Amino acid sequence: MTAPRVPGWRRLLLEAGYSLRDFFGTFGAGQLFLLRILASLPYALARPRLVIQQVYVAGVQSLVVIMLAGLFVGMVLALQGHNTLSRFGAEDTIGMVAALGLVRELGPVVTALLFAGRAGTALSSEIGLMKATDQLAGMEMMAVDPIKRVVAPRFLGGVIAVPILTLIFNAMGIFGAWLEAVIVLGVDEGAFWSQMQAQVDLQDDVLSGIVKSVFFGVAASLLAVFEGYNCVPTAEGVGRATTRAVVHTSLTVLVLNFMLTAWLLGGN
Amino acid sequence: MKSGCPGADNIIVVRDLHYARGQAMVFDGLDLEIRRGGVTAIMGPSGTGKTTLLRLITGQEIPDRGSILFDGDEVTRMSRRQLFRMRRRVGMLFQNGALLTDLNVYDNVAFPLREHTRLPERLIRHIVLTKLHAVGLRGAWRLMPAQLSGGMARRVALARAIVMDPDIIYYDEPFVGLDPISMGVVVRLIRRMNDALGLTSVVVTHDVDEVSTIADCSFLLADGRVAATGTPEQLRDHHSETVTQFMQGMADGPVPFHYPAPDYGEQLLAPERD
Ligand SMILES: Nc1ncnc2c1ncn2[C@@H]1O[C@H](COP(=O)(O)OP(=O)(O)OP(=O)(O)O)[C@@H](O)[C@H]1O
Ligand SMILES: [Mg+2]
Repeated sequence: MTAPRVPGWRRLLLEAGYSLRDFFGTFGAGQLFLLRILASLPYALARPRLVIQQVYVAGVQSLVVIMLAGLFVGMVLALQGHNTLSRFGAEDTIGMVAALGLVRELGPVVTALLFAGRAGTALSSEIGLMKATDQLAGMEMMAVDPIKRVVAPRFLGGVIAVPILTLIFNAMGIFGAWLEAVIVLGVDEGAFWSQMQAQVDLQDDVLSGIVKSVFFGVAASLLAVFEGYNCVPTAEGVGRATTRAVVHTSLTVLVLNFMLTAWLLGGN
Repeated sequence: MKSGCPGADNIIVVRDLHYARGQAMVFDGLDLEIRRGGVTAIMGPSGTGKTTLLRLITGQEIPDRGSILFDGDEVTRMSRRQLFRMRRRVGMLFQNGALLTDLNVYDNVAFPLREHTRLPERLIRHIVLTKLHAVGLRGAWRLMPAQLSGGMARRVALARAIVMDPDIIYYDEPFVGLDPISMGVVVRLIRRMNDALGLTSVVVTHDVDEVSTIADCSFLLADGRVAATGTPEQLRDHHSETVTQFMQGMADGPVPFHYPAPDYGEQLLAPERD
């Protein structure tokens, strides 16, 4: 096939330029939106039932996906680790290697990406539909601020849910690694656990992973509610906002992950 | 019939209202008063800005120029806090009801009470059931909005609009898409609520016949201004062509049926769209 080369490239560049501008434009507006949400937090905290309900909804939506993903990521880590480490006769360290990979990187990142795809899209489309069906305008007319009543509890729910889901992902991942390494590949069980226990540090590894997941939870929840709240209030607009939320969250999480890793590693 | 048209005691006074939406001029020097205590109809062809007028009066949008007084207070200069204080005295019925989809009928009607008051649940229950009874849907309290028909949803929204005992209710196209029975019910409900609760009602509609039976006063909007004011009888006997065309539903007249367009034949024969 002979597609016209130059215009094709130009279109690609243009497209890339638009995406970048879109991304950074969202960045600025998103920060303002975050301030409005933060100003509404006292309202949300005074109604813990609304927040707990959102933690529950977001958690339940993502739980099965997170658990399955954690299991298989743990298993593949053990498989790859075994393949490489056995060349040096270091299969015993496999538990440590898998746990470190999960707790420091894969747990927070993959959980945030899956959360964006499952609970985040649900948030964007729910808020977008509320806008399209005049529910948000209706609240305004009842002298109720939708940012307080709708957006803030959902944001807070997501921020709380992501670290919890990350811990669950990590636990399932370690279980998957154990399953693959000890049960399938016959690595010594005592070595598997003792190496892990000896080398994985609670503060440097586990805690730094949790710190990351808190940042990711803020980013994923913020972008999901932001895109939903600011969507064009039509069926098409809601769909587009949902897609944008996932794309922007994925990008943000990956960039943020690099920056946080540099910061957390540089700190010690 | 008493004349319900603007008198000494007006709850809404709009003066010299100018508002453009992009290129399109929606209001071009609109003047209008709504008398306290009556049922006022705002009529006009589709796209004349009836919904926009409600949004302006309730401070959801800001005009380019002009003044809007709600009970003596300037709406266009209100802070968000002042707007919210005003809206607690206002009920609004959106065309589709705008019920909160994640709450059932009961919780929807209770919503404003729970947000704005600290009443005990027993009292809330009493108020909610009274309002639901008034719209004939006490038995439907458990249903979710998705389980309601369009007419039922609008009646629930009406119950919610009156639950805070507002001074004024705005109805945006309350009759659209209702069957004749629901239509009759809603029409009588608007009048009955108005008189029983001592409200002011503003009904936006293009349904001339229905609203004529309950309105004390009607405004007809055209070309960004009020084209005619009067009781339904006065409008019916109006001499202006615009008014006659609208009241009798004629396609030809000063109000064009067609959106501005190039010559029909030329556009059909043109090689490409432009
Ligand atoms: N979001 C918008 N963007 C641009 N123009 C708009 C928008 N909403 C409304 N308008 C324009 O404003 C004008 C008034 O619209 P409005 O919805 O107030 O009309 P209406 O009298 O309520 O009509 P209908 O009887 O069909 O509901 C229309 O000409 C419309 O084209
Ligand atoms: Mg309208």
